[in-house]
Amino acid sequence: MSLSLKISNISKSYDRKPVLRDCSFSFDKGHVYILMGPNGSGKSTFLRICALLETPDSGDVKYYLDDTFQNATLKGGNKKDIKLRRKITLVLPKIGIFNSSVFNNVAYGLKVRGFQKKIIKDEVDNILEFVGLRHKKNVNALKLSSGEAQRLGIARAIVLKPDVLFLDEPTASLDPHSTEMIEETIFRIKEHEKMTIVMVSHNIFQAKRLADMVLFMYEGKIVDFGTKKEFFEKPNDERAYKFITGQMVY
Amino acid sequence: MDTILEGFRRAFLLIIHLDDELLGIIFLSLKVSGIALLISGVLGLLIGSFMGLRKFPLRGMLITVMNTFMGLPPVVVGLFLYLILSRSGPMGFMGLLYTPSAMVIAQSVLSFPIVSAISHSAIIKVDPVIKHAALTLGATPIQMTFTVLKEARYGIMSGIIAAFGRVMAEVGAVLIVGGNIAGYTRVMTTTIALETDKGNFELAIALGIILLSISLIINLFLHLIQKKGMINKA
Repeated sequence: MSLSLKISNISKSYDRKPVLRDCSFSFDKGHVYILMGPNGSGKSTFLRICALLETPDSGDVKYYLDDTFQNATLKGGNKKDIKLRRKITLVLPKIGIFNSSVFNNVAYGLKVRGFQKKIIKDEVDNILEFVGLRHKKNVNALKLSSGEAQRLGIARAIVLKPDVLFLDEPTASLDPHSTEMIEETIFRIKEHEKMTIVMVSHNIFQAKRLADMVLFMYEGKIVDFGTKKEFFEKPNDERAYKFITGQMVY
Repeated sequence: MDTILEGFRRAFLLIIHLDDELLGIIFLSLKVSGIALLISGVLGLLIGSFMGLRKFPLRGMLITVMNTFMGLPPVVVGLFLYLILSRSGPMGFMGLLYTPSAMVIAQSVLSFPIVSAISHSAIIKVDPVIKHAALTLGATPIQMTFTVLKEARYGIMSGIIAAFGRVMAEVGAVLIVGGNIAGYTRVMTTTIALETDKGNFELAIALGIILLSISLIINLFLHLIQKKGMINKA
C-alpha cells in the first residue's frame, strides 16, 4: 500500500490577505521533502493544508492510495475520513503536549486507534528507546526540555507509522546538540521506516543534510523545486539563489 | 460565656455519642447536596463544554448569563421554585413542594451555573494546539473533545468542589421549598437556623462544627487539586 499526495492549484487567504497562491505539487512515497523560504512565504499554511488541518479557499488536496483517490477532511468524523487521516501525521512547532506522562503522550495515537495495552506498551517502549527518551517514560511530559519535547512530538507521530509525516520546523529555537538529535531521529526514520517526510525548515545546512527534494516558496507560491543537488547547485529561480547564498530576499 | 461553653460541651457530646438525630440530619444534607451536585455536574459539564468548544449565535450572551447566575441569591431561587412547585403553580400537580426532591431541584439550580461557568472557563484555557495535536494524531471529533476535557480536569474539579461547597452551606432556598420538616426535609443549615431561634445551641453548634469540618475538607481538596494542576504545568 502506498500513499501519495497531489496538490492542485491551492490558494488561501486570511482576512483577504493572500497567503497561498495557486500552489501545485506532487509528493511521491519514501522521499524527504524540505520546504524552504523566507518568513511569511506560506510554508506552514501549505503544510497544514497538506496535512488536512486547514482547508484551502480553492484548489484540491488529493491523496491516492495505490493510485485510488481518497477524499477526507481533518475534522470529518466518518470512518473514511478517519481511516485516511490516520495514515498522515503532522508535528506542529508547538507540539501540544498533553498534561500526562511521556508514556501516555506517545501512547495517545495508539489508544485512539484501539490497540491492545500490550501492543501499546511494546510499541511505545521501542519508540522511546529510538528517540532516547526511555529514561523519561514516567515523567510528566510538560516538564521536558525544548529538545526533549520536540523528540517527544516526533516519537508521538512515528509510533503511528504514518505513510506521510509532516514536520513544521522541528528544530526551530533548539541548540545544536538537540538539533543534531532530532536530525539523527529523522535520518533513522528515513532509513528504517521508508515513510514520506515533508518538513519545513529555514536552515539551509539542515536541508542539505536531510533533503531528497527541496521546494522553495516565495510570497505564497512554489517558485522553485528540484533534487537537493539540482536546487543547491543550480537553482532556477533568482530568489531561491539569493536565499541559499545568504542574500536578503525579504 | 458560660452558655457558649456549655453549648460546645454538649455539642461535642452529641458528636461523640453519634446522636441519631444529628446523624439523620447530616445524612440527609449529604444526600440532597450529593444528588444535586450529580445533576448539576452532568448538566453543567455538558453546557460548559458546549460553550467552550463550539461557536454559536448568542454564545457570548449565554456565557454572561451563566457568570451572572453564579451569584444567584438563594432566597430568590427559593421564591421562584416555591411559586412553580406550589399547588397553584405550573408544576404543582407533581406534589414536590416540601419534599427532599424540591430541595435537590433548588440546589441543582444554584450549583448548575457554577459548574458550567467554571468548566467553560477551564476548557477555554486549554491551549488550542491540544485540539490540533489530538486531531493530527488520529482522534475522532469525540475523542478530541474528551482529550480537551481531560486537559481541563483540574479546573473542572475545582468547579464541582466549589459548587458542592455552595450547596452544602445554602439555607435560604432549601428552607423555602423544603419547609424544614423534622426527620424529612431538615438539613444541617436549616436546623442551625431553627435551633438558634429556639435558643437550643447544642445541636446548632454540633452541626456548625460538622459543617465547618466539611467545608474545611472541601477546601483542602480544592487546594490539593489546584496545587497538583500547578505542579504539572510548572
